[in-house]
Amino acid sequence: MDELILAIETSCDETAAAVIKNGREIVSNVVSSQIESHKRFGGVVPEVASRHHVEQMTLVLEEALAQAGLEPSDLTAVAVTEGPGLVGALLIGVNAAKAFAFAHGLPLVPVHHIAGHIYANRLLTEMEFPLLTLIVSGGHTELVYMKEHGSYEVIGETRDDAAGEAYDKVARTLNMPYPGGPHIDRLAQEGEPVIDLPRSWLEPGSYDFSFSGLKSAVINTVHNATQRGETIKPEDLAASFQASVVEVLVEKTFRAAQEYGVKQVLLAGGVAANKGLRAGLEARFAGSQYELIIPPLSLCTDNAAMIGAAASIEYKKGKRADLALNGVPGLDLEAQ
Amino acid sequence: MNVLAIDTSNLVMGISVLKDGIVTGEIITNLKKNHSIRLMRAVDELMKETGTAPADLDRIAVAQGPGSYTGVRIGVTVAKTLAWTLKKELVGVSSLEVLAQNGKYFDGLVVPLFDARRTQLFTGLYGREDGEFKNLAADRIILRAEWLEVLKTYNRRVLFIGTDLPLHQEAIADAMGDLAVFGTAGDNIPKPSELARLGMEKDPEADVHAFVPSYLQLAEAEVNWLKAQNKQV
Ligand SMILES: [Zn+2]
Repeated sequence: MDELILAIETSCDETAAAVIKNGREIVSNVVSSQIESHKRFGGVVPEVASRHHVEQMTLVLEEALAQAGLEPSDLTAVAVTEGPGLVGALLIGVNAAKAFAFAHGLPLVPVHHIAGHIYANRLLTEMEFPLLTLIVSGGHTELVYMKEHGSYEVIGETRDDAAGEAYDKVARTLNMPYPGGPHIDRLAQEGEPVIDLPRSWLEPGSYDFSFSGLKSAVINTVHNATQRGETIKPEDLAASFQASVVEVLVEKTFRAAQEYGVKQVLLAGGVAANKGLRAGLEARFAGSQYELIIPPLSLCTDNAAMIGAAASIEYKKGKRADLALNGVPGLDLEAQ
Repeated sequence: MNVLAIDTSNLVMGISVLKDGIVTGEIITNLKKNHSIRLMRAVDELMKETGTAPADLDRIAVAQGPGSYTGVRIGVTVAKTLAWTLKKELVGVSSLEVLAQNGKYFDGLVVPLFDARRTQLFTGLYGREDGEFKNLAADRIILRAEWLEVLKTYNRRVLFIGTDLPLHQEAIADAMGDLAVFGTAGDNIPKPSELARLGMEKDPEADVHAFVPSYLQLAEAEVNWLKAQNKQV
């Protein structure tokens, strides 16, 4: 019999539900984005996000089941993002999932949000282990090594800002609207990386990241130019900033792939939509022994299909939550 | 009629099951503990204890707020999800109206209150009119001093109830003198069985999806954003 998992994701500013068949097939995938609402504030406001989730949750669930043409009795399990994320936002998904599971006597499977991002890739291509995933989003910059399904080892992470945060802050310096990432990426395509900005390699052999120094260097460059009455082409600044971020991300990923002898390298998270990053990875990995997998944009940003894909593995591992499940903003990936 | 009542809008967590119009069970705690962890477990326990399957329910009644934003959302999310997926009716009831029921036989006015910080109150005015206990002045968030000025104009005895009374009792007594009467112990705890009864009597929501908490105030970011908009005009 087919395994059909109803998955829910509300960790940040997308209210999402999806039905995933046998861990790999998207039966339905519904995302209600709040981005238009948060643009006013220049970033996601947790209280506003929580209010939107309450408004959207049952609508999104109904749509996901309707598109799938399924009744609750057809389902195998209900899955939900347990964390990490904004606590008030997580609570809406978690409580809706618990109520739904209780109403229909279904098993409840808790999922780590980053595991979800990684497993978005399994909706495209079967995973081959060992593998390495580079996760880049507004809240995360991590290199995760997996020796098998459901096993996660964080071999590198950011020590300060996430890459996506650095993009948003630099965009603000250049007076661009939120979210800044896509704007910088577009501008960078039109400029040349002629401005010398630092690369943060940290100590030799480290797979950790740091973007706060780069961010400060960009702000100082703009500040100094203004004081000298010079103008900097924003296109060139964007291109130079992006070149620094991409070079460090790509090079550390490649070195880790070599050291760990992986078969596949996956890209995950919202910043995976970035053209510069995609092009950089493709160029570095071309002709290498590592299979590079980059999911389409719709699966890079937050969605529930990825949660359903990750839940399928957890379900088979026997992982279950009871009705005391809570949202955990700082949930640990390695403890999964 | 079978009703499940849920109130997590403030510190008190309350769940009740009404079967064929009779209160068969009630769980109440007044603890600084996490509603998200405890609510569904308590619902499950009470439903099992009273021999009620989810499908047996006719209605879900929920305390709609005002109160703790997060607390209200937990109860409302659970109630909406249950009502929608079980295809049952949903009834939202003011959290203040639920609390006010504890004074429904008081000969005078009843003022339920929750602390809303910075000497503000979530409150409303309830009492008997034409033999019926009902809301007499809309629920609101208001500065305590301002509210007491309003209440004095009625020149009637007022019963104040709510678990946050200790924060405000002195100021109320100073302003209202002999007109103020204060609830004690259990009077201050909203009863989910009363929520269930109100849930049985009131009209259900026309659209379960559109049902939202009654926050009685905008998110702070919204307030600031609106201020900034007005400045630009
Ligand atoms: Zn994410």
